[in-house]
Amino acid sequence: MTAIGAKPCPTLSRPKGAPVYLDYQATTPCDPRVVEAMLPWFTEKFGNPHSRNHLYGWEAEEAVEKAREQIAAIIGADAKEVIFTSGATESNNLALKGVAHFYKDKKNHIVTVVTEHKCVLDTCRYLEQEGFQVTYLPVQANGLIDLAELEAAITDQTAIVSVMAVNNEIGVIQPLAEIGALCRKKGAFFHTDCAQAVGKIPLDVNAMNIDLMSISGHKIYGPKGIGALFVRRRPRVRLVPLITGGGQERGMRSGTLPTPLCVGIGEACAIAQAEMASEAERLTGLRNRLLGGLRQRLPEIYVNGDLDNRIPGNLNISFAFVEGEGLMMGVKELAVSSGSACTSASLEPSYVLRALGVDVEMAHTSLRFGLGRFTSGEDIDFAIDHIVEAVEHLRAMSPLWDMHLDGVDIKSIQWAEH
Amino acid sequence: MAYSDKVIDHYEHPRNVGALDKDDGAVGTGLVGAPACGDVMKLQIKVSAEGIIEDAKFKTFGCGSAIASSSLVTEWVKGKTLDEAASIKNTDIAQELALPPVKIHCSVLAEDAIKAAIADYKKKSGKDEEAAE
Repeated sequence: MTAIGAKPCPTLSRPKGAPVYLDYQATTPCDPRVVEAMLPWFTEKFGNPHSRNHLYGWEAEEAVEKAREQIAAIIGADAKEVIFTSGATESNNLALKGVAHFYKDKKNHIVTVVTEHKCVLDTCRYLEQEGFQVTYLPVQANGLIDLAELEAAITDQTAIVSVMAVNNEIGVIQPLAEIGALCRKKGAFFHTDCAQAVGKIPLDVNAMNIDLMSISGHKIYGPKGIGALFVRRRPRVRLVPLITGGGQERGMRSGTLPTPLCVGIGEACAIAQAEMASEAERLTGLRNRLLGGLRQRLPEIYVNGDLDNRIPGNLNISFAFVEGEGLMMGVKELAVSSGSACTSASLEPSYVLRALGVDVEMAHTSLRFGLGRFTSGEDIDFAIDHIVEAVEHLRAMSPLWDMHLDGVDIKSIQWAEH
Repeated sequence: MAYSDKVIDHYEHPRNVGALDKDDGAVGTGLVGAPACGDVMKLQIKVSAEGIIEDAKFKTFGCGSAIASSSLVTEWVKGKTLDEAASIKNTDIAQELALPPVKIHCSVLAEDAIKAAIADYKKKSGKDEEAAE
């Protein structure tokens, strides 16, 4: 094990004129310590970790097994229960399709939630077309599921319950331990997409009764193109693989392991585990500074999703009477995401915000701020100034803002939908 | 998404933002779009006794392309007769601003806003009955 504590968190310099990055839920830069750990495994230590006959293979195998242990350690699992994948999308596909297909003769029902990531929802749609029954649980106004509704949804036909730990748009944390206990009691496997949760909140697969967990490399300052799936051994969860071949990863995911990427995600987990507590405290301070600064200077702004049950690095705000994409154009010095329709090809505003019961018009006015390891207090102050300036500029040209100031209720107007 | 230079220019330096007195008989107001769809345009024209649009103002809730489309049409309608203004097509707006296909609806909305403002003016001044005769 590298002595993580010995290496302080580095800083990343931003190229001149580049926007301040506040989109850490989309992706994160690789930590320079991660890159450093990866580098030898591209060149001099290039062996195939599955080669059993020479040093090149042995040292590569040792490196991927160490990485497997580092991943297992951050979630309280055994290294044997961790398999490498190409990312959380593949992990989610493998967990859902793998379990559904293996147990299809006994069970044909899946429970998930309407605010899940598209790769879970789309996989469930796919399984529905194959004949599986899927229940999509609603969420409450704060973005959390109602445990009584979950309990009612699980039947003796339910093979798997899939609930994300942390939502990618609004950062809210679902009650994993309670969900896990329910699933165990009712005899359904509990899968959780932890792409946004690993390294942000404490996770323990045993205390939380988690049977399958999806993990992403690039959301935790590791490389893109690598992820992992935790698959419980006791009681054993069995899967039909998506990718067949040489039988690597205990037959669940064939293909030669990408040693540098495995080393990268392992190192990323080790760093995240060592720094989680202090980083959470730092990011909570920065997020409070951002929200406080905006609230002090701008009326009519609303936080989407529960503020208490939320990872420190996320804030999702609706700026009433200002359209999200127009606002993003005004804050081009910041790299953020919008829940507005205009940023997607579909012209539909965020399905996550809609599921919370946020009005369509308010969903159009939302921005997501993602704070992370390389976000500084200066970045936050810079962001506040630019957002305030842009919102004031746009409200000054918004007919809806005028109506609001005149006391007109916008809902009372008969709008011609187009 | 990359915006054209013209869209950015109108967004950063919008022309003719503001409001005219909607109760003035010489002023026509068009309010089109819907908050739920992500864009609302308010376009106002002030028409001289000779039937020439002598002033135009807008306010828009929407994306950069919607703001640019409405800003552009306030420039275009000034100095035009009502008939000339009514003949402005969304395709002219889309072409001038180099709007991508996903933003064509912004130019459609701007054309609708001109037509709505003209219709409002004609209604207030009783000119729509003349036109019907």
